Order: sequence, then C-alpha cells, then structure tokens
Amino acid sequence: MKFERTDLLGLEDLTPEEINFILETSESFVEISERPIKKVPVLRGLTVVNLFFEPSTRTRTSFELAEKRLSADTVNISASTSSAVKGETLKDTARNIEAMSIDMLVVRHSAPGAARFLADVLSCPVINAGDGSHEHPTQALLDLFTVKKKRGSIEGLKVAIVGDILHSRVARSNIWGFTKLGARVIVCGPPTLIPPEAESLGVEISYDLVRTIRDVDIIMMLRIQTERLKECFFPSIREYAELYGLDSEKLKSAKSNVIIMHPGPLNRGVEITPDVADGPYSVILEQVKYGLAVRMAVLYLLSGGEFKGENSDQKWSDS
Amino acid sequence: MTTREKASIMDKDDIARAIRRIAHEIIERNKGAKDLVVVGIRSRGAPLAKRIANVMGEIEGTEIPVGVLDITLYRDDLQLVATQPIVGRTDLPVPIADRIVILVDDVLYTGRTVRAAMDELMDFGRPRAIQLAVLIDRGHRELPIRADYVGKNVPTSAKEIISVRVIEVDGEDSVKVEEMVS
Amino acid sequence: MKILIKNGRIVDPSQNLDSHGDVLIEDERIARIGSIDDREATLVDAKGLVVCPGLIDMHTHLREPGREDEETIATGARAAIAGGFTSIACMANTEPPIEGEGGTRFVLTKARQARAAKVYPVAAVTKGLKGEALAEIGSAIKAGAVAISDDGLPIRNSSLMRRALEYVSIFGKPVLAHCEDLALSGNGVMHEGEVSTVLGMRGIPAEAEAIAIARDIMLAVLTRSRLHVCHLSTSQGVELLHEAKRKGAAVTCEVTPHHLVLTDESVRTFDTAMKVNPPLRSQTHVAALRRALKQGIIDAIASDHAPHALEEKDQEFALAPFGMIGLETTLGVVCTHIYHEGIISLRSMVELLSTNPARILGLNTGTLKEGSPADVTIFDPRLEWVVEPSQFQSRSRNCPFSGWKLKGKVVTVIVDGRIVFREGEIIGGS
Repeated sequence: MKFERTDLLGLEDLTPEEINFILETSESFVEISERPIKKVPVLRGLTVVNLFFEPSTRTRTSFELAEKRLSADTVNISASTSSAVKGETLKDTARNIEAMSIDMLVVRHSAPGAARFLADVLSCPVINAGDGSHEHPTQALLDLFTVKKKRGSIEGLKVAIVGDILHSRVARSNIWGFTKLGARVIVCGPPTLIPPEAESLGVEISYDLVRTIRDVDIIMMLRIQTERLKECFFPSIREYAELYGLDSEKLKSAKSNVIIMHPGPLNRGVEITPDVADGPYSVILEQVKYGLAVRMAVLYLLSGGEFKGENSDQKWSDS
Repeated sequence: MTTREKASIMDKDDIARAIRRIAHEIIERNKGAKDLVVVGIRSRGAPLAKRIANVMGEIEGTEIPVGVLDITLYRDDLQLVATQPIVGRTDLPVPIADRIVILVDDVLYTGRTVRAAMDELMDFGRPRAIQLAVLIDRGHRELPIRADYVGKNVPTSAKEIISVRVIEVDGEDSVKVEEMVS
Repeated sequence: MKILIKNGRIVDPSQNLDSHGDVLIEDERIARIGSIDDREATLVDAKGLVVCPGLIDMHTHLREPGREDEETIATGARAAIAGGFTSIACMANTEPPIEGEGGTRFVLTKARQARAAKVYPVAAVTKGLKGEALAEIGSAIKAGAVAISDDGLPIRNSSLMRRALEYVSIFGKPVLAHCEDLALSGNGVMHEGEVSTVLGMRGIPAEAEAIAIARDIMLAVLTRSRLHVCHLSTSQGVELLHEAKRKGAAVTCEVTPHHLVLTDESVRTFDTAMKVNPPLRSQTHVAALRRALKQGIIDAIASDHAPHALEEKDQEFALAPFGMIGLETTLGVVCTHIYHEGIISLRSMVELLSTNPARILGLNTGTLKEGSPADVTIFDPRLEWVVEPSQFQSRSRNCPFSGWKLKGKVVTVIVDGRIVFREGEIIGGS
C-alpha cells in the first residue's frame, strides 16, 4: 500500500491498514539505532521543528533523536522560550516558524484540536505529539508496536487501560489503535475519571482493578496527576494508590504472561509500585526504545516531497 | 505505464551459469573466500547474493556470510517522490570493517542504487574493499561506477526496461527486455 | 405618507388572521386590512409573499459600549433589518453593562440615531453583572428597558434571584434567565457526551442547565413573578418547563435556531464557529426541542446573536469565546429547517418570531391590528439563497451556517411606516 497522509493528527481517523503499515515500516527502523553509526541520510537537508507548549522530556527527546538519526536539522521550541508568553496566537507562532522554510512540525499543546488547527493553517506536514486530552498518536503506535513485538499480533488480545481515562490522550489514542487492530479494551478507574459515555468508544468499563486484571493480556497504567486532587476526582493519593495502583499483591491474580505498560513518566508508589515497574512483566523501557523506531517511521512516511518527475533509476521505479 | 515484452535474454539455465561463473571469478580474483561477505541489494539482489555465496561456499567448502541491504533511506530522490517507498530491513550478518564486500544487484543502470548502497555500507564500518557484481549491465550510467563481475552486458535504449525475475521473489528465473508503450 | 401592501398572504396570529389581502399604512400606523385601493399610497407588491407583523428578536448582544469592533447598536439594528426583524432586544452584558437609567438611555439614543430596527434595551439585574446586589431596575424600566437579565452569566445566589423576581414584578416585567449551574459546567467548552469524550474536551452536562431551570421555576412560583428562560437547549429543560406551564406558572421560554438544527457533531472538526453557550447538544436534545416546538411548549425563537471578532474565534477551540451571530440567518434557518420540514405552521412561526416576543416583553408591536405601529415584515418563504457571511450587515462573521443553502428570505421591512429594507437593500439609516 501507499501511505498518502500528509499529517499524523490521531489514530481515530486512520484505517487498520494504515496503522499496520506504520508498524511494519517501524520494524525496518529498529535496527538503525543498533548500527555503529546511528544515522541514515533520509531527511538530510530537511528542517523539523519540535514546538512544545507543554513540558515534556520523554516525547520531545524521542522525537529529537528520531529526527537526528534521520539526519534532519532540528529546532526545539518550548513554551517557556516561545512567543506564547508574549500573547502571540498559536496561528501566528506557527506561521512565523513556517516562514523560515521548515519542512515538518511536531507539536504538543494543551488544547484538544491544536495539531489539527495547525495542520489546516500550515502547508508542511504536522505531527501531533499530544493535544490536550485528545490524542497522542505516536505514543499509541509505539505501544502497539511493543505489544506486536512481544505477542506477534494484536488481534484477540484483551487490554486494560487503568487510571485517569478522562484526561488521557494516551488512553484515547490507544483505545482507537487497539480496537482497530482487533483487541478488546477495558478502561478501569474511579467513575470520576472515566469520561461520560465512554462505551461509545467501543470499550468496556470497570471500576474494579483486581477483577479486571484477572484475564487481560496487557495492563496499561496511566500516570495520575496530583493536580486532579484539587478538583476532587479522588480524595487522596493514598486512597487512589490503594484502589487503582498496581502492586505485586494485585498482580498475583494476573495471567502469567501479562505485559505491563506505562507511557511515563512514572509516579512510583502511586499508580505503580517500583517492584512492578521494574519487574519481569514490565516492558516500560522497551516502549521507550521502540518509540524511537516508530517516530522515525512516522517522520519518514510523512516526509514525502511533491512528485516532480520520473524516477531516475530502473530499480527505484519498481521498488 | 504498461510494457510489452520485446526479447528474452536469459532463461533459468543461463542465469545459473552466469552465477556460477561470477562466483568463480570472485574467488579467483580474491584468491579464495577469506574475509569475504556477500551483500545483496533489496529486493532482487538479495536472492542473487545468496545464490552466489552458496556456489562460492561449495567451491571453497566453507560458509560465506550473506547480508541484505535496503538502500531506500539512502536514495537521492526521496524529496522528489509523492509517497515514500516501502523501507525494508538491512541485515548484515557480520561487521564489515576490514572485510571485502561483494555487493550484488540484478541490474546496473544509472549507478545511483550502487552509490546509495556504498554510502550505506560505509556507515556500517570501513570495508577493505567493495566489489560490485551484477547479473545484467544495461549501460546508461549517470555516475562513474562500473561492475567488477557481470553476468551479461545488454545494450539497451532508455525506453527499454530489463525485467529480472527470480524464483525466490517472482516464482521463475528469467531476464527479458521490455519496452514501455505508454 | 401612505403605503399600500397589495395581494400578500397576511398572517397575524394576534387577530387570528391568515388570508390574502392588502394592508394600508398611514401616518406610521396600520390603517386597515382588507381589499384596498389607494392611488396616493406607495405600492408594495406582495404577491406570493407573506405579510406579517414585524419580527422581533428578543435576545441579541450588540457589544456597544465596549466592543464596537464586534458590533454596534447601529450595525446590529441594520443586521436586524437585513434579517427581517423590525425590533430586537439587546442584552445588558456590554462593557460597562447596560444598567439603570443612564445605560438604558444610551442604548435608546444610539438606536434612534441608527434609524433601522427598533432596539429595546434589557437592563442588568445586578450591579455590574456581578451577581452581588440589585441594580437600579426601576430606573432602567422607567427609562425604557423592556426586561432585566444578567444574560451570559447566571445569578448564582438563589436569594438574590428571588429578590430580583420579586422586585421586578412591581413593573410587570420578566427576568430573562440564563440558566446554568456554573459549578457543574466547570471549565466545559462543549456539550458533555460521546463527542466530548472522543475529542477529549471538558463537557457541559445538560443537567447544568436543567438544575438552574428547576431552581428558577421554583423561585418564580414562590414569588409569583414572571420568568423567561433564555436559550433552552436540553430535553430535561423542556420537561421542566412543560410541567411548570401545565401547573400554570408564569414561565415562558425561547430556543435558538442553532439549538434546533445543529448538534455537537459539528464540533468534531474543532470549528470554533460551533462554540456557543449553551453548547450545541446531542441529537436527543435537538429532537426534544423540535418536539417541544411542535407541541407549543416553546414561546419564542431568538437568535442569541453574539458577535465576536475574527481573531478571537481564530484560535484553539478551548480558548475561543462562546457565541455565534444569527440576526441575518434566523428567518432563513427557521423557514428551511423548521417550517418547511413541517414542524410548525406559518402561523406558529410568526407567533414564535413576533407575537409572543412582543407579549413577553410588553411591546406595542407584534400585531397588525388597526392603530398599532406599522412594523411589518414581508418575506418569501420559497426564496432560495446561500448564506455568505461576508455580505452581512453585522460587523462580525462568526456564523455557523456559512455556505448553507436556505429557503425563505425577507423581501421588505417596514418600521413605523417607513420602508427600511427593500429588494435586498437597506434604505436610509445611518
């Protein structure tokens, strides 16, 4: 198949074929990070801007490394150094950056739809690195890729996503991704953190973690943000951890080959205890490792130029 | 684009003979198979590389390491194409530093593929030498590159296409000249 | 000066009238209805057209004073004319708010100068719209305010709401209530439901409206005062109002065109033109509102015309202000999607857009009875047109119906016996 998208804004509107194609392409990029020279020239001469309106170490670093390993020139703009504080609008900020002949934009923003808003305004490809509670497509793709590496296939698996579903873009993108590839998804958390009409996303709902993890293949723990405490979504961190934190005691009821995932950064001792996070079922570091390959694949697939003429080699016209 | 078959150049036996001869030439020129690694360029160079290495192994009574190279990420025209071509895995079985790499492809034409392949190889280490083996050399070079081992030289016009088919990919072994008709 | 409107279909619910005939206007008043010939009069041919009492939009925001870049009383009054309205009521939430005698007089003066639609001020209920103390309601009403409202903001304090209802009953005017439990709507930016869940946006539950409506109905019953519920948007709200009316409470309500034809699905593309409060609801609520309209539970249709500057709407959905303009699309949208779809009759449409708003606000218009002010709207219910906001009289462009093909458009507007709009053009005015 051909990948004909010019932006990656979310998984909701991708077809299963497109998701699988990105995952297959990612496979070819894993090995690059194991080479003596961890760099290929595919994005040589292209400038990629990482525009982050929210603090992020992990995602930004992952994107930046992926860009560098593809030989792109990268610029990082974070909210603290951007014009956002001077009252410039998102649209103006993005247009000004584009005017400097950039070739791709990776954007993280607290407003749902911000990436789409920019994709509509800009002519260069836009990659959504998280827009509010809406989507975080590359995170879900790397989660899918990690599971595929571990289990061979997504189809038929049962996945529990646990924690603050209401505010989680990771949960939304993963719900689309896993269900599109044929997995069953159960969202689990306190009712206060399960979004209204969540069933409409095609998931089952559970408020009981212990019962939920009994027969699932994958447990994906979400980060719980302590700011939610102020809005009375739960009474205390201690009580949250007791009910919805994953510890070795609760894990005893899980399947023997269960996979534990976490998008990071971890709140050790809150949603996950250190022994579980570092234990044999955890694939948290593999998620990080594969994240790089998946982001390289996405950058590569979206970097296509405009078709200007015949391919110059016999091989290249048939590949 | 549609094509019309013009002439059959090689059949199964011709290809087998050419591979056998190339394997012999490689061993002769390198005085054995020591430090050799055969690397095929995806997609049809890969099975050809395997076949050459097998023949070499038979002759020398040893196993010759074979790798496969996907040169997509090193192409010089990626900014010109509308949708990005599919990327395959590169898989080199041994470090290539200080080895002699026999690069294998099906057709040598503009030379751009070989340029890309050499660039990629260099990123894996510094080989002692790179030698190029192709089944068909059809001329029309755009870069100063020539093959060390050639199965068959086929003079062509730019309108023609050399269609190499191999059992591993296409279910048959054959080389044909085709002509673009539109 | 005389005007003779010939051969129109005259629809005037105030006199139970729906027949073909002529309307004679003399000295700013309706002189006679019947089969009339008058050689001295200016002729207005209304063949194939509907002639009805001037339409009244009882809920608009004109932004003057404070945000004249978005709308002024004059441009709003012109937009009203272009949309077929002879009268509009404008809400108090300007900067500073329309409050007491001074604010009321300011609006009336500006409106008179505009010489377009009549503009009736709605004065603030509380000082500075702060919801803390009563504004000088009596002075405002004496100066010409037709109702009181803190619209845009609900009055959180139940005791204060009770006082307002009690106090305003001296003057026989209603409180126009924006019913919303602010704590429950929280930081919501759209209707809470499936779509908000998919988009990851904070939702405003239907109950935020319904709870506030329930409280205000109870207070209206308690105080035996008149309550008018603005921009009803939920099925729960419909039920509450239905029940209250059944029990004889003095409550009325309005619904906007956008809540009757748009759902929260429109927000899926993060289009800020679709951001409004109350938010566009789900299909269930829209269906309930349409049913309520059919059953006669709804008293009025009002645009809640809320102009916003382009740059304010042209940003992230969460940051964009709530509100959409509607003066120039209301008649077309209601005609196309309510009347032509068989939800209501032509008579009901005129009731909802003229007779009832006049009754609720106590205006001397909204009727073609002999001797009443000659405010007349003539429209073609079959005329097809395409909504093109760049052509609007309004200063703002935040219209959710841009590009829509509508059936039904104003042809001629007469205010106080003066033709102010004819063949797509505003005549005179400033």
